[in-house]
Order: sequence, then C-alpha cells, then structure tokens
Amino acid sequence: MAALWWAVIVSGIYHGVNPGMGWPLAVSAALMEPKRAALPKALAMLALGHFLAMIGILLPFTLLIFLVEWDREIRIGAGLLVMAMGLYLLINRRHPKILARIHPARLVLWSFLAAMAHGAGLMLVPIYLGICAVGAQDAGHAAAGDLMAGNVGTAFAVAAAHTLAMTAAGGVIAIVIYLWLGLKFLSKTWFNLDLVWAVSLVIVGGFSIFSTIVGH
Amino acid sequence: MNLRPDPTFYASPKIAMQAPVENYAFTVMLCPDGSQSDGLAVIDLNPKSDSYGEIVHTVMTPYKGDEFHHFGWNACSSALSPLSGHAFLERRYLIVPGIRSSRIYVFDVKEPLEAKIHKIIEPEELFEKTGYSRPHTIHCGPEGIYVSTLGGGGPDGTDGPPGIFIMDCQTFEIIGRYEMDRGKQDKHYDFWWNLPQDYMVSSEWGLPPQFENGIVAEDLLSNKYGHSIHFWDLRARKNIQTMDFGENYQMALEIRPAHDPTKSYGFCGVVVDTTNLQGAIFTWWRNEDGTWKSKKTITIDPRPEDPENLPDLLKGFSAVPPLVTDIDLSLDDKYLYVACWGLGEMHQYDVSDPMNPVLAGKVELGGIGRGTKHPNGKEFVFGPQMVEISRDGKRVYWTNSLYSSWDDQFYPGQDGGQMVMARVGDDGGFELDKDFYIDFPEGLRAHQIRLEGGDCSTDSFCYPSA
Repeated sequence: MAALWWAVIVSGIYHGVNPGMGWPLAVSAALMEPKRAALPKALAMLALGHFLAMIGILLPFTLLIFLVEWDREIRIGAGLLVMAMGLYLLINRRHPKILARIHPARLVLWSFLAAMAHGAGLMLVPIYLGICAVGAQDAGHAAAGDLMAGNVGTAFAVAAAHTLAMTAAGGVIAIVIYLWLGLKFLSKTWFNLDLVWAVSLVIVGGFSIFSTIVGH
Repeated sequence: MNLRPDPTFYASPKIAMQAPVENYAFTVMLCPDGSQSDGLAVIDLNPKSDSYGEIVHTVMTPYKGDEFHHFGWNACSSALSPLSGHAFLERRYLIVPGIRSSRIYVFDVKEPLEAKIHKIIEPEELFEKTGYSRPHTIHCGPEGIYVSTLGGGGPDGTDGPPGIFIMDCQTFEIIGRYEMDRGKQDKHYDFWWNLPQDYMVSSEWGLPPQFENGIVAEDLLSNKYGHSIHFWDLRARKNIQTMDFGENYQMALEIRPAHDPTKSYGFCGVVVDTTNLQGAIFTWWRNEDGTWKSKKTITIDPRPEDPENLPDLLKGFSAVPPLVTDIDLSLDDKYLYVACWGLGEMHQYDVSDPMNPVLAGKVELGGIGRGTKHPNGKEFVFGPQMVEISRDGKRVYWTNSLYSSWDDQFYPGQDGGQMVMARVGDDGGFELDKDFYIDFPEGLRAHQIRLEGGDCSTDSFCYPSA
C-alpha cells in the first residue's frame, strides 16, 4: 500500500520536472508581470488544471470499479489503455498543435489540455486501481455503496497528492531559475523527456497487467 | 530531435546578445532577368579565418526565374515558448521562397560549407492548399512556420486577398491558411508579433500587378499602394484593428516590434509620402484600453537633384526621394537602422525613447544621382537596402537590391550585387569597414542576409531581458 502511494508522489515529481507540464510558464509569468506574486499564482493555476485532468481520468474508473466481479478485466483493460497511449506517443512524435492555440494567460486550460494530450492522468490509473484493490481486500465485504464512496475519496486523494508533488517539483525548478540561476538555465534544465515519457507509460501499463495476472 | 534545446535558441534578447558571435552569413542571390538560377551564398564571417569576408560556398537552384527576396529559419528562439514544452527542434533549415515563381526551397545549412537543398515545394502545391501566391516573410510561431504572401489566386495573383499560411516546422508540409477573420486586410507584405502578449502586426506593399513589372507611377501618385497596418489577435487568428496611416503614406513595409516581450510597441517604415517625397517611420503602441495607436516619429527629407541625374521616373520631381525600404531594430531595442535606398544612405536612430528617435549615425553609400563609393574605392550599385544587425549589435550588414524590376527603374544602367558591413561605436554612430566588401558573381544581385545562429529580424523571444 505504501509503495503505491509513493508511486503517486514519485509520478507527481516526474510530471513536475517535465517542462511539458508547465514550469517554464511560471517563470515567464513572473518575469512578464513583472512581480514575484505572479509565480505562485501561475503555479496554482497550472496545479488546478493538472488536478482537473487527473480527476477527469480517475473518476470514470471509479465508476467502473463498481463492477467488482470485473475487477481483473478492468485492470488489464486499463493497463492496455495506458500502454496504447505510450505506444501512440512513441509512434506519433509530433507535438500537440492544439496547445499552441491557447491564449498564454489561460493557464488552467493549458495545463488541463497538456496533461490530457500527454496521457499524464492515464499514468496514474494503474496505481489508483492498485490502491483501490488493496483497499477492497482490507475492507472485506463492505457494502458496495461504501466501497464506491471510498473509491471516490481515494481518487481525489490520489489526484491531490500527485498534483501537490508535481507542483512542488515544478515550483522548485521555476523558483530557483527565477530567483537565482536566471534565464540562461531555463534552456539548460530543459530536457527532452518525450521518449522517456512514452516509454514510462508503456512500462506502467505493462507492469499493471503483469501484477494483475500474477497477483491473482 | 535533440535531447537539449538547440544552443542557438535564446530565452531573452539579452541572452541572444551575449551568445557567441556569428561565423557565417547566408545571403540570397537573384538573377534579375531569369537567365541564371537564383541561389544561396554562404559567407565566412570569422575574422580569424583565411577566407574571412569571402563567399565560401554557393547553392544554386535547379530552376530559373524564382526571384529570391526574404527568407527565414525553420526554428528560432520562439521554440523556447513556455507554452510549447518541446524545445527540441534544430535551427538548421532556411526556408527561401521565390516571390516571382511562388516556389519554396528548404535549404539544409547544418554544415554551412556543405549547405544543400533539402526540399522543394512546387507552386501548384501552395496554390492548391492555400489559394495564396508569391510567398515572402518567414517567422517561426505557434503551430509552425508562418509565411506571408503578396498575392492571392489566379495568374496575376488578384483572385482573392493575399494572406499568411502555416507550414509544419519539421516536415515542411503546407498546413493551410492562417486567417479566420481578416477584416479589412486586402494587401500584404511583412508581419511580426509579440508571442507572450499574443498579438501580431501585418503590413501592406501592393498587389502583384503593382510591382511585378515595375512600380506603377499612376498607382503611386493616386495613392493606390498599401498605407495601413493590421493588428491581430494572434492565436484567435482575427484582425482586431486596421490602422490607416493616411493614403499619402505609400507602402507601409517592414514591421519591427520591440524584441523585449514586455514592451507593447514597435516601428513601421513607410517608403514614400506622396505629398512631399519624404520617407517616414511610424511608432505604433498599445494603449491602456487595448486599442492601438501610432505616430509618425521620423521623417527623412528628399534631396533636390538636377533632373539630368535622375531616372525618367523622377525627372519631373527634380528630387531624390529617400525611399525607406528596410528597417531593422537592434536586440536591445536601442538602435533602429533605416535604409534610404534612393538617397544612398543608411541611418542609425537611437530609439531608446521610441516616441522621440534621435539620429545617431549616418553612412553614405551608392544612391540615385550620387553613387557614393565604398571606402575601399569600389562601386556600390543602387543604394543600401536589406539590412541585418549582428545579435550583439556591433556589426551591421547590408546589400543593395530592392526588387529586380524596381532596381532597373530607379537605377537604370546599373547591375550587380554587393554586401558591406559597418561597425557600431560603443556610444552609437557607425562606420563602414573598409575591408569587408563582397561582390556577388556576375549577373546576380543580393537581397536578404541571415546570420548563423539568428539575427535581429528572425528571432521571437518569449521571456524578457530583465
């Protein structure tokens, strides 16, 4: 159980350091305004967009878990879905053009769509399903309604913990560049995670399927 | 695709100024009568090199009659846009349109000494996908490479208005038209933008029949060339304001926004005021309420001249109009260089206060009825025209052709192409470098210059210099 929650945190840090999830926007907001308060404000907007994207992906799965007897199939299906997204990103290496059309001030929308386009929420699904499964075992034969409510709560908790970790990681990079290192380090800390990101999705999905089959 | 951003992508104008200086220039060469192919010249700018100041490589095209004019990079500092998150393109390809043929060449200049043609987009593809013709200015922006055009459809380019189209910055596929609502815009020339502030400004020359076979004097005297600039909501692709400078301000050409993205102003050069033959620069800016304003901040007077020394076109005026044909702004937004192609002068204005420019330096070279020689004693045909400033602002390069058929009207009997360089003093002022003088091969003229690693009219910055 603890390992799964750590996975939620680590995936958050991983998303946070990826410039594709928006920390350069926080730096630019603070410099363009120009006042320091713009930086936390931008981070908060990015966090909100990311959180909404996470919850938007997790909640539908919460409803699916209601079908307890299909648990195994759902988890394998989710794993396949995550792998498929990773493979798609591996094959289609083009950047989502839609993100370029968003007004630079609409950070919540940008962050939401960026997370969606990169399958950031999908990366959390296997972890979330794992937490729910373990929870269900612990709860024994609780009423389906209680289980459902618990799972919704878990979805929010997972999305929140993940988003906090993401914001902290991206925020640290943004603040260090803004306050100390300067813009020259913007391009130096900017790594191409496209390939690693796509591979991560494939691995997370694959691991989820493997553990479902072996674990049962 | 790199693992790190291209080192020639600069977050801010200030970082671009501090970056290593240019080692090469790329200058387009055009054959005025279409008897030879046009091409790209690679010029050595490394002072330590044995071939410094020489053409070290040329790439000629397989076609004739393209008429090269303006061109630009496949990727620039705008790739560091915080909205993109994917800064891993390479500044590697030059997109060079033929404004007469509507053919577009993509040159691979990764190894400048082995530069080669990477792709050719035939005119038919452009016509079919966009309905536009005569491609011109190139900028790298949201969603890809933006290209302005001077003509619409049909054989003479007047079937529908000209506009901007977008190309993919990796495959160079033409994606389609940019505009969703063009408002009053019916002519086109240059455009540029401020990416974080999300606005674009575009300008007007004239329609193809007004320039392809030479300047049409009746159209000019009846003020039928462009005299408006257009402000756009960049990402909504919508014309939000058309600003008419006044119909006497004929040919509003180059748009030069301040490079620092926190600033909301810029300049536009006007070739000629038909009421008094002056050249003019307008400063445009955004008001508190979001509307755009402009004011004429520089005027350059014509020079009286004996009609005997004037081309037929100008004999009746007994004067040489300055003909402001190109302007360029240094990366620190401090100096605006103004090419007076008719007078044969390059002006340097201190525009630290954009509303009150101050003439800081002047170089005389070529010119109608004057033909000032280069300090090395050699000819400089026509007048100073396409101007490009090094990123650090210390060297200013320029060539001399305006447009083949116009060169012949304003400078009958002259031919050739040169590129020169002036050095800028620490406190302003500038002087021609006696030792830098490039004479282009026989039968070819020279137009726009691009500097290795970006220059003052290619790169759009997404972060302020602060």
